[in-house]
Amino acid sequence: MTLTDHRDSAARRTLSTAARLLSALKLDGPLLVGLGLLAVYGLLVQYSASGQSLETVARTLLRIGLGAMAMIGLAHSSPNFLRSLAPWLYGAGILLLLIVDAMGYVGKGAQRWLDLGLIRFQPSEIMKLAVPMLAASIMHERRLPPDWKSLLLLAAIIVVPVGLVAPQPDLGTALLIFASGALVVLMAGLQWQVIGGLALAGAGAAVVGWRFLHDYQRQRIRIFLDPQSDPLGSGYHIIQSQIAIGSGGLFGKGWMHGSQAQLDFLPERSTDFIFAVIGEEFGLLGLIVLMLLYLFIVSRSVYLATQASGTFARLLASSLALTFFVYVFINAGMVSGLLPVVGVPLPLISYGGTSVVTLLAGFGILMGLHSHRKLVNS
Amino acid sequence: MRIKDQWNEQRIYASRTFAALLIVGVLSLTLLGKLVYLQIVRYEYYLELSQGNRVRLDPLPASRGLILDRRGRVLVDNEPAFQLELIREQTPNLNDTLQRLAALNLINHEDVEPLGRIIHARRSFDSVPIRLRLSDEEIGRFAVHRHEFEGVDLKARQTRHYPYGELGVHALGYVAAVSEDDIGRIDRPGYAGTTLIGKLGVESAYETQLHGLNGYSQILVNAQGRSVKFQGAYQPELRSEAPVAGKDLVLALDLPTQQAAELALGEHRGAVVAIDPANGDVLALVSHPDFDPSLFGRGLTRSEYSQLTDNPDKPLLNRALRGAYPSGSTIKPVMALAGLSYHLVDPAKRQFCDGVFHLPGSRHMYREGKGGKHGAVDLVDAIARSCDVYFYGLASQLGVDRIATFAAQFGLGALTGIDISGEKPGLLPTPEWKRQTYKRPQDQIWYPGETVNLGVGQGYLTVTPLQLAHMAAVLGERGRSFQPRVVMGERDATGKVAPLAPVASPGATGISAEDWALILRGMVGATTYGTAAAIGKDTRYSIAGKTGTAQVYTVAQNAKYNEKTVAERLRDHAWFIGFAPAEAPRIAVCVLVENGGFGASAAAPIARRVMDAYLLERVPAAAAGGSEKP
Repeated sequence: MTLTDHRDSAARRTLSTAARLLSALKLDGPLLVGLGLLAVYGLLVQYSASGQSLETVARTLLRIGLGAMAMIGLAHSSPNFLRSLAPWLYGAGILLLLIVDAMGYVGKGAQRWLDLGLIRFQPSEIMKLAVPMLAASIMHERRLPPDWKSLLLLAAIIVVPVGLVAPQPDLGTALLIFASGALVVLMAGLQWQVIGGLALAGAGAAVVGWRFLHDYQRQRIRIFLDPQSDPLGSGYHIIQSQIAIGSGGLFGKGWMHGSQAQLDFLPERSTDFIFAVIGEEFGLLGLIVLMLLYLFIVSRSVYLATQASGTFARLLASSLALTFFVYVFINAGMVSGLLPVVGVPLPLISYGGTSVVTLLAGFGILMGLHSHRKLVNS
Repeated sequence: MRIKDQWNEQRIYASRTFAALLIVGVLSLTLLGKLVYLQIVRYEYYLELSQGNRVRLDPLPASRGLILDRRGRVLVDNEPAFQLELIREQTPNLNDTLQRLAALNLINHEDVEPLGRIIHARRSFDSVPIRLRLSDEEIGRFAVHRHEFEGVDLKARQTRHYPYGELGVHALGYVAAVSEDDIGRIDRPGYAGTTLIGKLGVESAYETQLHGLNGYSQILVNAQGRSVKFQGAYQPELRSEAPVAGKDLVLALDLPTQQAAELALGEHRGAVVAIDPANGDVLALVSHPDFDPSLFGRGLTRSEYSQLTDNPDKPLLNRALRGAYPSGSTIKPVMALAGLSYHLVDPAKRQFCDGVFHLPGSRHMYREGKGGKHGAVDLVDAIARSCDVYFYGLASQLGVDRIATFAAQFGLGALTGIDISGEKPGLLPTPEWKRQTYKRPQDQIWYPGETVNLGVGQGYLTVTPLQLAHMAAVLGERGRSFQPRVVMGERDATGKVAPLAPVASPGATGISAEDWALILRGMVGATTYGTAAAIGKDTRYSIAGKTGTAQVYTVAQNAKYNEKTVAERLRDHAWFIGFAPAEAPRIAVCVLVENGGFGASAAAPIARRVMDAYLLERVPAAAAGGSEKP
């Protein structure tokens, strides 16, 4: 036996121990590595964007800890349990949303929070999980692709929470809730003709809906189309974030050396606009690394979803996986000027809010759905 | 059946997964495209923008040039003044802080509220002046309590200082906060950091020279505009440019002469202008009442400003340049010259003055000003004793057009071209002027009687004290004329004075030496045996002069003007013009005393004291600080 063999077998033992541990925890190794790398990246950037505040980092670590516990807990839940939980979670979420709308805590001039004493909590976050869960569980009992009756039911399930969240006003979260439900419907095989028809109807509704938008929301859309028209007002965010990203160039200005971020020119730089900090300090390469990490997580998640067994598991898993991408795309799109500014954080990188917990909980569900699969072929 | 469904659902799901991944791929590439555009294609553009974002210019104001008299004595300089400034974000309770400052009498109670508003209108980190120009005692009072006022501090700033107080304020002008009107006409970047700008007088006319060039230094700032040091390795290259101080101005003004003029005029409303006939140098320029120029430099309160504007004595009015009055008899030497030039008078021929003049065929009486009778007078006597009847007749002979043409040579009815702004041209009336000015046809007619009045400087004719001083200078120089000037040189930072050349103006030509001599005899006669004989006593030089009395209201026919019974404001204005030494004048003076009564008694002695001060360098007794009863 050579020394190399010794080492190899030791390594193999360690690996197999880790694999056994993961398997016992019902977690997916590669996805966990991807999420871990992303979290580390996020902490590095937060430290810089917050003006070198260790407190920020500590708080994020605390949230990651909470999210990890939710992840491990949910990974152990069986698909059947989640399916039976879905209506209750949904109902509770709607109830909480009504409470928030009625007597919610007023923060930032918007009613989104529920103060639980220890933490402030956004009921709309629950709906990001509850909506796809309920939608998937409904389709689980029906035939694919969905017929008109199913479609109407699903539409109602999606529209009610979206209608409650959007006027809070929280356009970003409403958009994500809509996406999480709509993705279930799409993955359930809704015919392309119907999708096309709905898209047309949606465009028509948008024209009508324009009248019902808040002035500040309309302004955001106008400014998005021409940010230079209001450089010191609403357009300031987009202009400054584009300057930050553009001035980063290929290699960036270096960690903690982004003048836009460090000198306060970039608004909300450790929360919604943290993407621009990465672009400024780590350049295009830093953003490409970030996008590759995200794409790895998304594709691994989609892969896990395809391996899950049962309609409920597959639909829910792929909705969670793809909603994650929607998150990323909307945030990156708005910060870089592709999309209007809606309040969507960059998942697992932005500081604050309860989204870290819900996101990790979602990945817990996803891993659980995968590990609880019936091994049909074996 | 169930198996088939399963297979079908698997197939649908697989195709949807494929479509979803395709869309993910397309969207990711779109995003990548946008990022490449921002970070590679437009990199330089955004880099420049981010540079511009964080570098600001911190202005370094140039120090304003000094103003000196003709011998280099400092009339206006700069001094550091301590002011209280407050930074809102460092002040725990703004209103309470202001109230406590008011309780210490450092600010006024009524200013607390407006100050609060001003402070809130500024950025929270701006240092806002809340009280300018603290006295030593106030500085001490604040220093004792300083620890109680977080966010409030004493700052030293440069302001204008006037060693002689209100002296010459109507010539010097003053500085005040840059107004909205000013912003339209100045080079704004050049004034970044400048808070005070010249208003009126020399301060305004020579603003460019006095102001200098502001410098700047680049500083690193954050988004709130606050100066910061960059954290980390990158140090941007910061440039700076030193300010270029404004030039000092050397005035033609002679400090002792100016002081003598102000003292001599005393508390009267009026004006004194003294000019060096040989080059137009304005040796003294007084308009009284005046005001304290430092009020404007520190900012006037509303009540202080309305006190100035509502004052019936109009202290802000520059009477020397802008006060238009009938010239009275001071115009007679010019009338006499006109008569001689047009060969209408025989200077030796005596005319009889019985105190009243009639136009042929008219019963209207043109009276002698003092109501007296001069008996037989020739031209020289008529000037010296100021015989109205003589000049009524002469004016009537000359006719208005010839009078206007001739008098214009002495600068009447036109701007003298003095180098400070605001002067008025007065009015030299002509029939043409009357036609254009009046609407009703009956008002457009020029009556012969109006020409008669013109002969003694009454009627439509108006002149400013500056114009009469200029006229006296032209008379003294026998027709040679220069534009009056307050500034005669500029001194740069090295102390080198660049003199400005005197500017000649057309003046009076074609007048024979004999005619000049006759006029001079008349004017010297006035100060030896004529109307102003009192001032000619005990002089070490000869004075050529002419008194004048300008009617404020017209005495009714058959009535006598009684000085005592007429309200003070309706009394005649007193004039005196003159130059000395008569043969080779070094100074020409014009004195106006509003409602002073007769020129001989009210105005002429003032002129004598001004001439004494300049020619004999006789420093007025009270110039050192005492006061003298006028």
